[in-house]
Amino acid sequence: MKRFASCGLSALAVFTAITAPAMAQDVTITNARLVLGDGGAPIDNGTVVVRGGSVVYAGPASGAPAGGTAVDAKGAWVTPGLFATLTTLGLADVSAVGESNDITAGGAPFSAALDAATSINPTSQHILVHKAAGITRAATTMRPSGSIFAGQGAIIDLDGDPRPVIQARAFQMINLGEGGAARAGGSRPAAHALLRAALREAQALAGKPGLPETTEIAKGDDVLLSRFDAEALVPVVTGRQKLYVEVDRMADIRAVLALKQEYPRLDLVLVGATEGWLVARDIAAAGVPVIANGLTDLPETFEQLGATQSNAGRLARAGVKVAINASTMQDPRRLQQVAGNLVALNRVPGAAGMEWGKAFAAISSVPAEISGMGGKAGVLTPGALGDVVIWDGDPLEVGSVPTRVWIGGISQDLTNHQTRLRDRYNDLDESARPKAYDW
Amino acid sequence: MVASASGINAREKDRKKDKDEAAPPTLVAKKESEGVFPSTYRPYPNIATAIRGATIYDGKGGKIENGVVFMSGGKIVSVGGPDTAIPADIAVFDGAGKFVTPGIIDIHSHLGDYPSPGVDAHSDGNEATSPTTPEVWAEHSVWPQDPGFARALANGGVTALQILPGSANLMGGRSVTLKNVPARTMQGMKFPGAPYGLKMACGENPKRVYGSRGRMPSTRMGNIAVNRETWLDAIDYANNKDAKRDIGKETLVGVLKGEILVHNHCYRADEMALVMDMAKEMGYRVSTFHHAVEAYKIGDLLRENGVCSAIWADWYGFKMESYDGILENAAFLQREGACVVIHSDDANDIQRLNQEARKAQKAGLRLGIDISDATAIQWITLNAAKAMGIDHLTGSLEQGKMADVVLWNGDPLSVYSRPEKVWIDGALMFDALDPKMRPVSDFELGQPGEGDVK
Repeated sequence: MKRFASCGLSALAVFTAITAPAMAQDVTITNARLVLGDGGAPIDNGTVVVRGGSVVYAGPASGAPAGGTAVDAKGAWVTPGLFATLTTLGLADVSAVGESNDITAGGAPFSAALDAATSINPTSQHILVHKAAGITRAATTMRPSGSIFAGQGAIIDLDGDPRPVIQARAFQMINLGEGGAARAGGSRPAAHALLRAALREAQALAGKPGLPETTEIAKGDDVLLSRFDAEALVPVVTGRQKLYVEVDRMADIRAVLALKQEYPRLDLVLVGATEGWLVARDIAAAGVPVIANGLTDLPETFEQLGATQSNAGRLARAGVKVAINASTMQDPRRLQQVAGNLVALNRVPGAAGMEWGKAFAAISSVPAEISGMGGKAGVLTPGALGDVVIWDGDPLEVGSVPTRVWIGGISQDLTNHQTRLRDRYNDLDESARPKAYDW
Repeated sequence: MVASASGINAREKDRKKDKDEAAPPTLVAKKESEGVFPSTYRPYPNIATAIRGATIYDGKGGKIENGVVFMSGGKIVSVGGPDTAIPADIAVFDGAGKFVTPGIIDIHSHLGDYPSPGVDAHSDGNEATSPTTPEVWAEHSVWPQDPGFARALANGGVTALQILPGSANLMGGRSVTLKNVPARTMQGMKFPGAPYGLKMACGENPKRVYGSRGRMPSTRMGNIAVNRETWLDAIDYANNKDAKRDIGKETLVGVLKGEILVHNHCYRADEMALVMDMAKEMGYRVSTFHHAVEAYKIGDLLRENGVCSAIWADWYGFKMESYDGILENAAFLQREGACVVIHSDDANDIQRLNQEARKAQKAGLRLGIDISDATAIQWITLNAAKAMGIDHLTGSLEQGKMADVVLWNGDPLSVYSRPEKVWIDGALMFDALDPKMRPVSDFELGQPGEGDVK
């Protein structure tokens, strides 16, 4: 059973309230090359037991309790479902078709108040295709368009049922790099001033005395922050809602870390952080996790001059909690490919990659932890949600795909628009009837 | 005799001088056949080199275990099994546990024309000021200092690539094929002997760009109409001996004569069929459809017309005409006997064309379409070279071809493998084991991360 969480509840309270889905089956998967997702190495001849939608056991076959429908993995890789962060899954059917695209809203008078949870389409083909790629849960968000504030992202599942949102308003996202600067009026100082003005307004709304109260921040016809937006920032400034800050340049990262001195209750997460490796020790010392660009290695912008594929690996070595950022990929289903590439980097002198288990964790348990679902998603430990994937090969190897997916203990149909096209065009025979009758 | 001859020459010179003074000289621009913007690329010094003991994919569908590749004088001298003779006193690399392929070739790149950093001042890929601009040449936009070239070399083993103009226009202009060597000028990278291509685009892009400006074309039928009228003008031009020179029409006539290859951005199956009919009407041939997301729906038609499909492994659903993208595209085409090329169109994906080929191969295998590793490598080597008209020079490991060679530290189709060494015309241009054997562009000097493995 999924439920919306109000901002007033802690993430922990929300997830402990999750109970067994009605359709969840008790299932025992045996004979697995088992990956727990916790950063460890695979376990041969492993068993996973899911009861009432949750994992009750995952480990060597010898310790498994009996019972449940048995599925023999026949030595195949078995993992927790991947946790994709940061995505726009469910917010667009075709991004270039504006009518179908809820990722941006440049014409809206609102920014921080925008709430992704109000428009997730659980039957979006992108959700169904990514489920077939082994992604079972995701953090999904709008992109900043009218202001530095993207709005409030949601944690979703990909099971395609009518209730995709498992935590609404899980985080606010802002951009304080070149993108934020452009939207705030043309400079980074403008973006920082807007952020501070907005947070002070939110503090006033939260009852902090002695602060001025404005009604609206606007420039010309553009509303950069309305009263409604300021209200939406109250949980940010009080630390009840995470603040994801998208920045790339070393100097910008330092400026974000410094925000904690002014606003000690901010629960910061860095997104992108292309030059994070240059300031890795400071990030580690601040205890701020990073949703890092994985393979970005080109100076695509001036704020990414230090881009390197070793960024994530060097951050991790410095002790930073690192998840791989899906938002700069062609599609989030490339997360496995990026993680595999990080493993490959370990064999390049001078580069920093990740060991296999850590690389897998960077697309499973770590993004789940950063998203407030630590111990619940991206990991196969007792008490975790029953998100389990059986693969047809090494899950970090390109070309590997799931053969079975369970979400919350429910076996998933992996059919989608792509598989239907695949089946229709598996031959080009139209001798009896046109292809339109082949379905 | 000598004095007499000199006297005649002197008189002739005088007469010529008088004539010159009487009438101004006729000014004549060089014709393209006389070599304009010629390649100044020369192979870098190389030493006779052999790789012994590696698994070799020859690029044309062959695989040799424990093989030998021997290159000398910038050319492939021999390729064979463990008994292949190699001279004494040459550089020999132990390839045990490693793999050798031809240099990877990307048929669709915008490196240099849309370089990093991708700021407006660098946006030189689309001359989006008229629906047809066959007069522009992509090579005149190439910035050789684009850091993307070095990344494609180091991470992707890319030794040759075709730079295309963008797809805003129905006829975007000429492509240029480059060797992936650092150079101060475009000419220093220009692939000697490579034919030009003409970039064309059908579908959403031209009609969007020009329709939004209230001018033709604003529809798909408008796309075809403008194309046909432009081709008819080019045919008239070709038949008119007195016509004033026209750079754009020279390109189109080059296509009609078969000297310039058509590379047509086209996603949808139905549109590809229309373009092939238009080509028949006008008397040209399409070399390759690029971004051919729906090619799998007409593999038979593409085979019958001898047209290659240059495709991504997994891009789909980002625009309307990509909505029917499927992972099995390449495999279905291969099964139909149609020509498959995996392309990038992307400064990041060009670094991992080998991985894209694997994705496409594996998608087929799941349906029982068993495409060998050697064939998957052909998609990013010889097939690309064929579609670009350079397959007699590179694209496979065959005697006499350019020694464009990649030594991989593992299976080149695995995510876990990387190029260890890359030779271009027999010269070692990248070595993952030697930090100084890694090109650093002018732009990156003194910047954060200069010389990092990136």
